[in-house]
Amino acid sequence: MGSNKDIELIKDGKRMDGRDFDELREISIDAGVLKRADGSAYLEWGKNKIMAAVYGPREMHPRHAQETTKAVVRARYNMAAFSVPDRKRPGPDRRSIEISKLVSEALEKVVFTEKYPRSVIDVFIEVLQASAGTRCGGLTAASVALADAGIPMSDMVASCASGKIEGQVVLDLGKNEDNYGQADVPIGYIPKSDDICLLQMDGNLTEEEYEKAVEMAIDACKDIHKIQREALKERYSTDIQEGEIKEAVGVK
Amino acid sequence: MKETLSKITKDYLYRLTKEGKRVDGRDRYEYRDMEVDIGLIEPAEGSARVKLGETDVIVGIKMDVGEPYPDTPDSGVLTTAAELIPMASPEYESGPPGEDATELARVVDRGIRESEAVDTSKLCIEKGEKVWIMFIDIHVLDFDGNLFDAAGIGAMAALLNAEVPASDFEEAKKEEDYPLPIEHTVFPATFTKIKNEIMLDSRLEEERIADARLTVSLNEDNEIVAMQKGLRGVFDYKSTKECVKKAKDITSETREKILSECDRENI
Repeated sequence: MGSNKDIELIKDGKRMDGRDFDELREISIDAGVLKRADGSAYLEWGKNKIMAAVYGPREMHPRHAQETTKAVVRARYNMAAFSVPDRKRPGPDRRSIEISKLVSEALEKVVFTEKYPRSVIDVFIEVLQASAGTRCGGLTAASVALADAGIPMSDMVASCASGKIEGQVVLDLGKNEDNYGQADVPIGYIPKSDDICLLQMDGNLTEEEYEKAVEMAIDACKDIHKIQREALKERYSTDIQEGEIKEAVGVK
Repeated sequence: MKETLSKITKDYLYRLTKEGKRVDGRDRYEYRDMEVDIGLIEPAEGSARVKLGETDVIVGIKMDVGEPYPDTPDSGVLTTAAELIPMASPEYESGPPGEDATELARVVDRGIRESEAVDTSKLCIEKGEKVWIMFIDIHVLDFDGNLFDAAGIGAMAALLNAEVPASDFEEAKKEEDYPLPIEHTVFPATFTKIKNEIMLDSRLEEERIADARLTVSLNEDNEIVAMQKGLRGVFDYKSTKECVKKAKDITSETREKILSECDRENI
């Protein structure tokens, strides 16, 4: 967390982008946006633009990475070189290796991996435009892409961060808030089982602030979960006119 | 190659855990014997070896003069790396750091960075031109579980012991070495969850059957500065709160022990 005291983050009880303390940036998700992938999702979250694609279950390469009793969920988080103001050198760096690992672990919890022994479910997350909160956006989009691929799952993971700016616990840090704020707590949440499957924190929080931050993020994840479900409904529901059903089932 | 645990051992461990017992008779929130050896590596600017039971980790600090990052022209640079060398476990292979080593290094790094343990502004020699670069290298010698605490405690101890090698560098513009400017201390407490039971400082067998892991790092004011959930399992919110509460007492005790070993007053 940076500590530049000159940057103003809160003015007249609102954040600089006009949001309330517990307000999310705008989120939109489209499911099934890519042709070749088995499942995909495109997410816009504030200024973040993130694409997620799923391939599999398919044969695991390298073979020594196979698990004999279940499928491996292998997520790869990658930032495009042009996604940030200073060009990012292509290829995995330490940050993206860590995020890939945490996202893989978080997703594996909801996938019924025991149905596909020796196989791999590849999840590719490409950050096309980054503006704070890309790991949460990536995890949220990846869950939708898994569902879009028809992978059996117990639930979709919803993810969101909360944090602290100018001593105030707030939801979903924007770019300046992330750079100059005092703490960041990304959470991955499974609504059905009320479990936390991703939890990181950096910065400085008291015990009370930690509790407030997590509660705020969990509430937001429940809202994000609704957006995820809407995305799937949007993709797969069709308007059926009266008469079509009769025709379909052969009733005269 | 991943080692496996026999079913008999697993069942035994699950049964013990359920009864609230540990395989080595420890309490749920008790560390194994912690041995700390400070300043043992002479050529290093600072060093510490931490043994948690059979887990054995050495952390060394080296410093060099180099260029600052363009966005922080007046502060020193901190980098942390971890090596899981083949000596420490049959599972480890030589080669570039994998994801486990990367996660370990980044969690330790985050604690030190976010607590502002080192006052990096005092490591500036010439704004925008020359600053001290500080390398924290974590070397795992023997792996018997809970590397996160061994490495985190070792890194803090090594920092407390470090001296800036100003006399070796003409460009440092100082004749004498001086202690690294430490402003805060940070110590981690790492919990693992087996089924629904939570415990501190898992040994290897316990770690093998653990569902999830949670590291909580606190500064001397009992403020949380870094957290990380690891492994494939989950925590519910209530148990994370419990871990934070426990971590306060646990890290206070670690802090007291390490400061006295380093002959340092409370910071």
